[in-house]
Amino acid sequence: MYAPMESDNRCRTCSAIPGKIVEVSESAHSALAEVAGVTRQVDLMLIQDENLAPGDWILIHVGFALSKITEDDALGHLHALEMVGERGAEPYEEPRAT
Amino acid sequence: MKYLDEFRNPQLIAKAVDEICGLADPRRQYRLMEVCGGHTHAIYRFGLKDLLPPNIELIHGPGCPVCVLPMGRIDDGLAIAAQPDVIFAAFGDMMRVPGTHGSPLEHKARGMDVRVIYSPSDAIKLAQSNPGKHVMFFAIGFETTAPSTALTLLRARAEGLHNFSVFCNHVTIIPAIRAILDSPDMRIDGFIGPGHVSTVIGCRPYEWVARNEGKPIVVSGFEPLDLLQSIAMILSQLQKGESKVENQYKRVVPWEGNGAALRWMADVFQLRPYFEWRGLGFISQSALRIRESFAEWDAEQRFHVPGVSVTDPKAAQCGEVLKGVLKPSQCKLFGRECTPDNPVGSLMVSSEGSCAAYYNYELRKNPKESSLCTLA
Repeated sequence: MYAPMESDNRCRTCSAIPGKIVEVSESAHSALAEVAGVTRQVDLMLIQDENLAPGDWILIHVGFALSKITEDDALGHLHALEMVGERGAEPYEEPRAT
Repeated sequence: MKYLDEFRNPQLIAKAVDEICGLADPRRQYRLMEVCGGHTHAIYRFGLKDLLPPNIELIHGPGCPVCVLPMGRIDDGLAIAAQPDVIFAAFGDMMRVPGTHGSPLEHKARGMDVRVIYSPSDAIKLAQSNPGKHVMFFAIGFETTAPSTALTLLRARAEGLHNFSVFCNHVTIIPAIRAILDSPDMRIDGFIGPGHVSTVIGCRPYEWVARNEGKPIVVSGFEPLDLLQSIAMILSQLQKGESKVENQYKRVVPWEGNGAALRWMADVFQLRPYFEWRGLGFISQSALRIRESFAEWDAEQRFHVPGVSVTDPKAAQCGEVLKGVLKPSQCKLFGRECTPDNPVGSLMVSSEGSCAAYYNYELRKNPKESSLCTLA
């Protein structure tokens, strides 16, 4: 009745994943952040008072940084995601259904 | 590494379980609700239910936005996208959610222009790169996600982007908790509060749960030790006869929330008088609509929306499962007509849906396995 599982069905709207800032834009409104070796643009507007710099870790939700976190917490969070088989699933894969 | 040393340390996990066993009164039953779908997923994935004493029951709450979205809203979004030159853009977890005539993915197979996006910002880029088409972003999510949609709408207006709109389905968590507590067939002793929603709204909005309803609520992280610690904190309050809001997830959640995010949301959204939730019915002031000043970017104002309320398939018992009245396996369709590969209800679609989590993890466990407390 329904299409086979082709799209990513994990919950984008509940989850957040840590990323390490590589470069902050001149306006400080966005940054390039890296997780699992892949770099992606992240919006920093929600935590613009944090004075973020390269090397800082952030919790990313649907492309927006939700909060600044410590490296220990970031690595712990990544490991937890790895244990549930979700590390790298967000945000670093291209959408498969397009 | 902190996680390896602490959050995964079997001794610390065992210590937390011991603490829970010590706090739990064997003469009473405890019903604790984890509000967030992410917690539900973690509880099943890590087998945390098996570590708890048998008199502690975890009830899965309404905190999975995909799961609580009624079928009529999916139909409405697809009806807009069926109009000429409209692109339907949504997160991946929406793609397999069944509408009356199929999911967005099935509509794509029939020729609809359906795109999976990772971020609302991607919808803006999609509109910019398709000037001859209209991009409708199907927005879902609680307060965790709503600020990103708000910023996206502000950006669309600032850039004068006229071929972009948002079909807004953002919901708010507090009215859902209130509806659960008002439900006559529910008895909850305490709540595991949502972690990522609380990074935005903070902990204060839960104070009425403790003050007026006399229920402990502990905002929790998502790792196994986080959840076990949160359960211990709830039990400790119950043992002392207390009810207060506590923040176990202090390393991420500020007590006051994210003021900037709340301001962006207030600039762009206002509360709807009421909104339909799957399983919970119509709840007043439980969802966000786009303010009139952004009408040009509001798909509901820009397009004709059928707005028909659609009942779920009769045999599916999503509502009862969503309220915690039934366990997933007690639904008549569970594991037969309704599976993760062939979902009838939305709770089987999202990985955070309690039916999908139960199907993927709980069915595999050894039914004879006892809790650690029983063995101790």
